[in-house]
Amino acid sequence: MIKITEKPIDIQKVIDTASCLASGAVNVFVGTVRNNANGKNVVWLEYEAYETMAVGEIRKIIDDASHKWPLQGWAVSHRIGTLRPGEVAVVVAVSTPHRKDSFDACEYIIDNLKLHVPIWKKEVFEDGEEWISARPSAVAEKV
Amino acid sequence: MNRYRIKAFGITKDFLGGKEAEVEIKGDTVAALRSELMERYPGLQGLRSLYIAVNNDYAEEGRVLGAGDEIALIPPVSGG
Repeated sequence: MIKITEKPIDIQKVIDTASCLASGAVNVFVGTVRNNANGKNVVWLEYEAYETMAVGEIRKIIDDASHKWPLQGWAVSHRIGTLRPGEVAVVVAVSTPHRKDSFDACEYIIDNLKLHVPIWKKEVFEDGEEWISARPSAVAEKV
Repeated sequence: MNRYRIKAFGITKDFLGGKEAEVEIKGDTVAALRSELMERYPGLQGLRSLYIAVNNDYAEEGRVLGAGDEIALIPPVSGG
């Protein structure tokens, strides 16, 4: 399952979709909205996606991960629209026979999602706003 | 001259003045489109990177653009 949605993400549903009776591990990454960036208070974030391409790029990442690790199930859900601090922005879940592969595959998927998938966020502060990572002067964003 | 409709995302919407723009260029490659866009919208030059997607895939500079292609500007991504 690959989902780009304006609605709150149902984490349990993502986990259930990725789960498999033959698996001994389900690894889940939950990305949330921080209330601060570069020492300033974040009021909210605006997420935007080029949806058709984003789904395709996530699919490529999953395909790559499937060749590297024995994935038995997987699901990725990314929220778009207006998100406030504490809200869930992205959930990645994978299942594998043993735990080490599940950690590695999950990390690979979220790392590559952040590098290649056409989704953008704008941080809105009390005194302004900024598209993250767009300009050279901007401090690199890290979750 | 070739005319293309461009989709803009993220910060590139601010430079193009909206979600879509139409440009006319002499050439027909991604590289030709890029240089025309950079000239017309100088704000794009200040980005950390700018990829051009054609039909939902990152495109090489030498790719030839077709009339029906879906073309999009991909500034540095920041999902997750």
